[in-house]
Amino acid sequence: MAAQTRRLVWPLLVLAGLLAANAVATPGFFAVSVKGGRLYGSLVDILHFGAPLMLIALGMTVVIALRGIDLSVGAVVAVSGALACEIIVAAGDDGSAGTVAAAVAAALALSVLLGLWNGFLAAVLRIQPIVATLILMVAGRGLAQLITDGQITTVTSEPYRRIAGGGLAAVPFTVLMAAVTVLVMWLALRRTALGLFVEAVGGNAEAARLAGIRATGLAVAAYAFCGLCAGLAGIIISANTGSADGNKAGLWIELDAILAVVIGGTLLTGGRFSIAGTVLGAVIVQTLSTTVYTMGVPPESALVFKAVVVFVVSLLQSPRFRAQVAAPFRRGGPPTPARGPQGPAPEEEDDAMRTQTGAGRPDRREARR
Amino acid sequence: MDTAAGPAVQMSGIVKDFPGVRALDGAGLRLEPGEVHALLGENGAGKSTLIKVLTGVHRPDAGSIAIGGRPVAIAGPQDAERHGIATVYQEVNLCPNLSVAENILLGREPRGPFGISPRRMNRRAAELAAETGLDLDPARALGEYPIAVQQLVAILRAVDLDARVLVLDEPTSSLDRDEVRILFDLVERLRSRGVAILFVTHFLDQVYELCGRMTVLRNGRPVGTFTTDELDQRGLVGLMLGEQAGELDRVEGRAHGGAPPADAPPLLRARALGRKGGIAPYDLDVAPGSIVGLAGLLGSGRTEAVRLLFGADRPDSGSVEVDGRPVPLRTPRAPIAAGLAYCPEDRKAEGLVAGLSVADNLLLAMQAARGWMRPVPRRARAELVERYISALRIRPSAPDTPVGALSGGNQQKVLLGRWLIMRPRLLILDEPTRGIDVGAKAEVQRLVAAEAEEGTAVLFVSSELEEVLRLSHRVVVLRDRRVVAGLDNGGGLDVDGVLDEIAEGGAR
Ligand SMILES: Nc1ncnc2c1ncn2[C@@H]1O[C@H](COP(=O)(O)OP(=O)(O)OP(=O)(O)O)[C@@H](O)[C@H]1O
Ligand SMILES: [Mg+2]
Repeated sequence: MAAQTRRLVWPLLVLAGLLAANAVATPGFFAVSVKGGRLYGSLVDILHFGAPLMLIALGMTVVIALRGIDLSVGAVVAVSGALACEIIVAAGDDGSAGTVAAAVAAALALSVLLGLWNGFLAAVLRIQPIVATLILMVAGRGLAQLITDGQITTVTSEPYRRIAGGGLAAVPFTVLMAAVTVLVMWLALRRTALGLFVEAVGGNAEAARLAGIRATGLAVAAYAFCGLCAGLAGIIISANTGSADGNKAGLWIELDAILAVVIGGTLLTGGRFSIAGTVLGAVIVQTLSTTVYTMGVPPESALVFKAVVVFVVSLLQSPRFRAQVAAPFRRGGPPTPARGPQGPAPEEEDDAMRTQTGAGRPDRREARR
Repeated sequence: MDTAAGPAVQMSGIVKDFPGVRALDGAGLRLEPGEVHALLGENGAGKSTLIKVLTGVHRPDAGSIAIGGRPVAIAGPQDAERHGIATVYQEVNLCPNLSVAENILLGREPRGPFGISPRRMNRRAAELAAETGLDLDPARALGEYPIAVQQLVAILRAVDLDARVLVLDEPTSSLDRDEVRILFDLVERLRSRGVAILFVTHFLDQVYELCGRMTVLRNGRPVGTFTTDELDQRGLVGLMLGEQAGELDRVEGRAHGGAPPADAPPLLRARALGRKGGIAPYDLDVAPGSIVGLAGLLGSGRTEAVRLLFGADRPDSGSVEVDGRPVPLRTPRAPIAAGLAYCPEDRKAEGLVAGLSVADNLLLAMQAARGWMRPVPRRARAELVERYISALRIRPSAPDTPVGALSGGNQQKVLLGRWLIMRPRLLILDEPTRGIDVGAKAEVQRLVAAEAEEGTAVLFVSSELEEVLRLSHRVVVLRDRRVVAGLDNGGGLDVDGVLDEIAEGGAR
């Protein structure tokens, strides 16, 4: 646990830095007020607009912990929003709560189905996860277009819009949904043995299988859960804008989600995950987007700005970089990264055992000298 | 490479700290050209760590290293190779997806007019293999060969480096007799060429056969360096284990427990169980409380045979019954539920989850059997983990140490503990004493015998025939992927008898 908390230190510092920069640039950045029974303020906005990203990042965390990845979440966002809106419009956009509930249920069911499809390809057929989910990443957009007939469907249904606009005791529904998902995930993964199974399968699938864990079933379930999260995010996004755009909805959100997960300290090589880290990562990524906006960074350099921050976080998390920076303060000089063709990885990589084939080829020129 | 003036390697005062453990505390050794030098100590004594300091994998916190009399700072494994130090690590660390030839020659590929020449590469690798009496196809992916062969390939790589120092960290633990001979011949050839060889092993007989001098470590501290003439095996064990050495006597000469009840109905009954390319269909009965040893050469199908029983591989013929009830073999789950347990031979790839703690690894099978909804209660968990850590003398004994940070022998004990915790009815052990020290080996053998006395059936694969004979009630001999004989070990059966069966059992 101590090590887990320590890994969160750097992302926390980065977040603090971002918030501080915002506070300097925008007076009243930290102000939170209640107007008309609803919380308002920049911080609330970050959580509210960041909820879809956080949901997706949470789903992605489990998939990545199992050494998978899901590139199709953005497409699932589009499909889910499209289906919900289309059902509501087909029902005459009367906005009855019953219609909206049915639309949401159908959209979520379809999202789970799409997740199961990913799981089937990646875990049962053992297609490489990147390729397996790339299929749906592309096909999903097409499916969303089919559902909306290539148009942007708009809805005015009051109950539907309230999913994103409403709240409970001044807290936006969106934030509540994300919070409940975090809680459910934490209970399911850390209060049962599920989290252990995830880490075991992600760390060494064959060993887990021989210990009697249903590795395949677990992976399929993880993709399905990720699909569900993406579907929910899709509903929030379309309810927020009151429209379903098969092309634009959830565009590139898979990359932000992966980023959030990685910033949070979950390894892309699987076997270890941090729910708190992902929450933090999602908040950082969303704060970044907000910062770019409030600080008036010109749109053409916004992406560069974002990239720089991400680069810094990743650097801070790299054990080798930290060792290099720390080296002058220690005896013995900087550590040497050279890695022989058959030598175990140098010591600073604590995952040496896991990446047994990942050593890559040594520098030929150097070796021949 | 100039001719060395001083000792080939001189390490002194080496200190190496890992978070929470001091792995080496003033350790050192001196290697002379043309000697075979043993590095000895119990599991976790720091042997592998000392070697990794020498080869630049770990940076020492204090101490000095001189090569050929000149002080050096070794920057990494490649740098070590440039200094003429070739190493075969305990955990084979080659690239299973590359070919045998590529693995041997990686970084030194022979070149033709158009860059690297695969043809020359394969030819060179084939030459090397043939020179040493190995039957290898240089173009095949290394991963297709069993670990023992992979280990020999790692050694070939070291040989081809033309090194002046060759470090072998437990190279023989997965080899059978013939391969050990091949290895020893190789070592002898290199030694007479003036290469200094550092040899780590837990097989003390091999030490006395091969080595001139030996350095003993205990808890990271040097105990001393001795010639094999001045210190006999018993004295050596005393130095390695310190005060616990006395306990060894209790288990040392012990044969298997009394004969199993002859008329007991078999616990496990396999009929015509087989898998194409793995093992020809075979029958096997194992009675409760009996220990059945599987003997055979490398690649004779021992591992393949036991994997089928456990559902680790799916059989394409035959059936298995436990207590007369058929067990489906699609996955290991049904066999586990029926009371089977299996410790695979490759602990790194198929056994342990390196990133998880000792406690999590110990409880993995039990937790999997209980299902995810019912986590082992905290109290029971702590109690079980504590009991098995101390019973198996797993060190370091902190339950939350990541298994990957344990020494090889201690990892093996964790794997064994995982299945002992399950209180299985049939324990399948594939090379369970590989890589563990003399004390722990006796301990494991005692545990196996004790389990059997309490009624657990044991199926036991080992390349060490003495061990098979000491423990088993019955020995099943395999050859060329088929079962060729079942021998009762009532008395009168000796190593030569089994060797005969292994050699010609299939011919009759
Ligand atoms: N990467 C690491 N991180 C933390 N501790 C380590 C690491 N590598 C080794 N250790 C610890 O250092 C000590 C010495 O380990 P080492 O592997 O050198 O033992 P060994 O003598 O080779 O044992 P064996 O005979 O079991 O192979 C052990 O206590 C081990 O747990
Ligand atoms: Mg070792």
